[in-house]
Amino acid sequence: MPSTFKGRDVISISEFTKPDILAVLKKAAQLKKQPQPKLLEGYVLGSCFFEPSTRTRLSFETAMQRLGGRVVGFADPSVTSTKKGETLYDSIRIVSQYTDVIAMRHPLDGAARRATEASDKPIINGGDGANQHPTQTLLDLFTIQETQKKLENLSIAFVGDLKYGRTVHSLAQALTHFNARIYCVAPKNLQMPDYILDELKANKIKFSLHEKMSDILPKVDILYLTRIQEERFPDRMEYEQVKNIYRLTAQDLHGIKKNLRILHPLPRVNELATDVDASPHAYYFEQAHNGLYVREAVLAMVLGKL
Amino acid sequence: MVNSQTKELSVAAIRQGTVIDHITAGQALLIARILRLPMADKIVTIGLNLPSKLMHTKDLIKVEGRELSPEEANQVALFAPEATISIIRDYHTVKKFAVSLPENISGFIVCPNPKCITNNERMFSNFTVIAGQQIKVRCHYCEKIFRRDEINNFSL
Ligand SMILES: [Zn+2]
Repeated sequence: MPSTFKGRDVISISEFTKPDILAVLKKAAQLKKQPQPKLLEGYVLGSCFFEPSTRTRLSFETAMQRLGGRVVGFADPSVTSTKKGETLYDSIRIVSQYTDVIAMRHPLDGAARRATEASDKPIINGGDGANQHPTQTLLDLFTIQETQKKLENLSIAFVGDLKYGRTVHSLAQALTHFNARIYCVAPKNLQMPDYILDELKANKIKFSLHEKMSDILPKVDILYLTRIQEERFPDRMEYEQVKNIYRLTAQDLHGIKKNLRILHPLPRVNELATDVDASPHAYYFEQAHNGLYVREAVLAMVLGKL
Repeated sequence: MVNSQTKELSVAAIRQGTVIDHITAGQALLIARILRLPMADKIVTIGLNLPSKLMHTKDLIKVEGRELSPEEANQVALFAPEATISIIRDYHTVKKFAVSLPENISGFIVCPNPKCITNNERMFSNFTVIAGQQIKVRCHYCEKIFRRDEINNFSL
């Protein structure tokens, strides 16, 4: 089946229809089951990390290499001409001449969209400031589907910093396609922003706001924990007040559903105790691993090879 | 009749050009800049806080020697949603239309998000207009949504 993804930029999860999402998840599952080490032979990925993110970069680069493609790029903006004042537009324009597809991360919101104007090769957004990180959302959905054998009608709790957490915003938006029941657990000043709640309402998604994690633990299929990220706080006082407010330990895991799986975009700080790792409910390392297959699928699809 | 005479007295009539009437009071100077009227070497007459039956008070702009297209006029609809445009030839109105919200507003709105790429690179901004009870705009780049009253900076 020729892919409608060929040549497409992957910038924002809001541009993914439900069939789009399901198509990526299906291809990712196929690649997980059956590796295709020669699929992208002869193709080159430009890996442009204007902001360091070792995890995301390794995931994209490994995905390309495991499909037989090659990688050029930079891991740190201090080695590029960005430091000398080169515009993003010019940097991307040049890299796109050497490569077939670009994966990029940038500290500014909207940088990936801007990059699409400089390149006739597909751009894959690996995070633009606090805005979007669509392959994270896709790997989250892939993992939810893998653990629950379905995506529809699940009860999902988001816990932690829901105000600044880009990951939970995008995932909540994507879940509007799948009739989720959403529990938002956060201190009042870090609750899910209104524009997301409005979107849930508009899509008739049931949700509720909570301050205590224990209230919702017995009810959910997926517990999605997030780190409270210091760098997203304009106000340091606000950060100090909330940084240790949620902490899940192995002791908390009683009276819960058997199929409950705990997800976390990683890295974790204090919110997820290491004694949870041994629990059959822990699934965050598998989640991170799944990023590989989802990125393989996205790379192959935008290159028209899947 | 009395009313239209008062209008004529407030702002001089024009022979050929455009009258932008029913501008939300306080917005005329901004709109004149958005439409780049001061730079255009044409006579521009601006009336501020004029009495209006419909709007209590309103602003009004007359531009001599330039006919605004609906597309140009629509660029100001976000700031003066009730504005009406009259095209004047030989002192007579030959065309009259209301502004309507455009799908996109490009260029002159500065994105209120300081971390937006548009504020950090030489480029034009671009916003999608979201119609509704309260009109909002969404930045094409950072994807953030803003109300009209959150937009306070313009590159003009
Ligand atoms: Zn913006």
